[in-house]
Amino acid sequence: MSRLARQLTSLKKQGRTALIPFITAGDPDPAITVSLMHAMAGAGADVIELGVPFSDPMAEGPVIQRASERAVERGVSLRDCMDMVQEFRQRNVDTPVVLMGYLNPIEVMGYQEFARIAAKSGVDGVLTVDMPPEEAAALKDALSTYKLDPIFLLAPTSTEARIQAVTAMASGFIYYVSLRGVTGAKHIDMAEVSDKIGEIRKYTQLPLAVGFGINDPETAAKVATLADAVVVGSALVKRIEEVGDRNVNDGQKEAIIESVTTFVTSLREAIDKVGVAA
Amino acid sequence: MAYKLPDDRGHFGPYGGLFVAETLMHPLTELNEAYEKYRQDAEFQAEFMDDLRLYVGRPSPLYPAKRLTEKWGGARIYLKREDLNHTGAHKVNNTIGQALLAKRMGKTRIIAETGAGQHGVATATVAARLGIECVVYMGSEDIKRQAINVYRMKLLGAEVVPVESGSKTLKDALNEAMRDWVTNVDNTFYIIGTVAGPHPYPAMVRDFQSVIGREVRYQLSEFEPRDPDALVACVGGGSNAMGLFYPYIDDEHVALYGVEAAGEGIATGHHAAPLSAGRPGVLHGNRTYLMETDDGQIIETHSISAGLDYPGVGPEHAWLKDNGRANYVSIDDDEALAAFHELTRVEGILPALESSHAIAYGQKLAKELGRDKVIVINLSGRGDKDVHTIAAREGITV
Repeated sequence: MSRLARQLTSLKKQGRTALIPFITAGDPDPAITVSLMHAMAGAGADVIELGVPFSDPMAEGPVIQRASERAVERGVSLRDCMDMVQEFRQRNVDTPVVLMGYLNPIEVMGYQEFARIAAKSGVDGVLTVDMPPEEAAALKDALSTYKLDPIFLLAPTSTEARIQAVTAMASGFIYYVSLRGVTGAKHIDMAEVSDKIGEIRKYTQLPLAVGFGINDPETAAKVATLADAVVVGSALVKRIEEVGDRNVNDGQKEAIIESVTTFVTSLREAIDKVGVAA
Repeated sequence: MAYKLPDDRGHFGPYGGLFVAETLMHPLTELNEAYEKYRQDAEFQAEFMDDLRLYVGRPSPLYPAKRLTEKWGGARIYLKREDLNHTGAHKVNNTIGQALLAKRMGKTRIIAETGAGQHGVATATVAARLGIECVVYMGSEDIKRQAINVYRMKLLGAEVVPVESGSKTLKDALNEAMRDWVTNVDNTFYIIGTVAGPHPYPAMVRDFQSVIGREVRYQLSEFEPRDPDALVACVGGGSNAMGLFYPYIDDEHVALYGVEAAGEGIATGHHAAPLSAGRPGVLHGNRTYLMETDDGQIIETHSISAGLDYPGVGPEHAWLKDNGRANYVSIDDDEALAAFHELTRVEGILPALESSHAIAYGQKLAKELGRDKVIVINLSGRGDKDVHTIAAREGITV
């Protein structure tokens, strides 16, 4: 069993919903990312989603777009992101890490080479936003060779046939996009999320994570009653940006870590107050 | 036709395909189904052809450029006058087709991206004619370069949204249009302006534009008892080139030349020529040649012509390059400007800066092929929109 599956299964047995915070690697400074990962794990993150910066992040709202732009400006590459995971693993061998990004940097590196380095660095899962299962056979093979979980998205627009196709190919967990829109949008429809999750559960035993549009502890708690895992990205990245978005000094770095720790703690507490998904 | 690409999932060899986030997969499947249905629907095709004839003014003339031929002293030059279309470029052929599809699919809102503004104007035009809401995304850099087209779009009732992210040009406008589409997918039809994007756009836009090449086939017979030796068209995304090339694709004796923008020169790195100097990758929903860093980040492009300023290219061009059916060459800013002046002074036609790239390469090719040969150059748009750019570059205040 992969570190990811082990973690999510064990949480489910304990009756807890997993918390998956997202940050963009290298934002606002490559030197802060590993510290932030440790801070998040310490504050109760069960899985860490690390965004790989890309010049053209088509599925992202303005907050994560800006984070990605800042990291690209600092020259943060896919290889750098994996180096950060490797550094994180020196002091944390338990918290699974999922890389989330776009296909092109992986294409350039080559699927096999990417999967080899990712596995060696301690990456557990790979979510490639613009890689639907129809195009994913070769990448999935490469990831499987190195025992990495390919994470796929489902969305409000996914038909029954697509749910079947995606669940058949995924491992680790399924990431359900809670709304029609980009990351950080503000119109999550809880009834629709509930219905769709019910539909997806008919086809898979895999844990279901829900993300996009979960901006505060209150919403996270509501989603936690439905999902196995709650993903929070833009709201967290926004807190980082509010402290400092360019050339952050040591004081700002500490403030960023403190702000992220406080927010992740508040999400953790809110989620733990409600029961686990049925 | 012997040539049957793309396959049913939009692949041209290793290129093309469907690389988008899950939310757009079903909408793209629906679009593909609708397109497959209506492309074979006699009533749809008849309405499309009527609109092209009565609203766009097709067929556009195939003009024997006798003075240019004489001056260049080589192959006989024919210009396909897409600049004479309503709205001044080939773009409207495609927007008419997609708007008819949008109407049949019951969509009540149209969005588009634009670079030079020609596709934005052509989209705003068809939206005005259908009386439906239209939002056009345009990089804030392009808005500065193409103020007249921005105002034209506004006059036509479209909302023009400046895009401030990334390089603030066409690629970023496309990202932003995709973000709008993913948000408003239930009521919105996204009219992509070139033969790029996820399947079925590359094939669909090509099919709507292929009226260009079909007309050339019968028009040329008025002057020449034979097929052309070469077809020349500029390539940004590559829709006017695919429109001209596609009906000739099985005719191997007809050479195809796609002309990319070499900007300040390929060697300087400041250009927009992914086929000439890029490598394969995935962007905007398809696999194709891209301009990118060693880390796979997309890089900014440079061309005097906003319409060619795009780091990718339609996936079918990538395939035609690899299999050798088409040749891809490049023309720099100075050569394009010289060609602009040449055509203006010799034939009294102001070409768009995009099309000037094709003219410039046509001149080289005419000399190379010699007097007994026949070249058709696609004059994809008119140059009125570029007059300010040209004046500014030449230090003239208009």
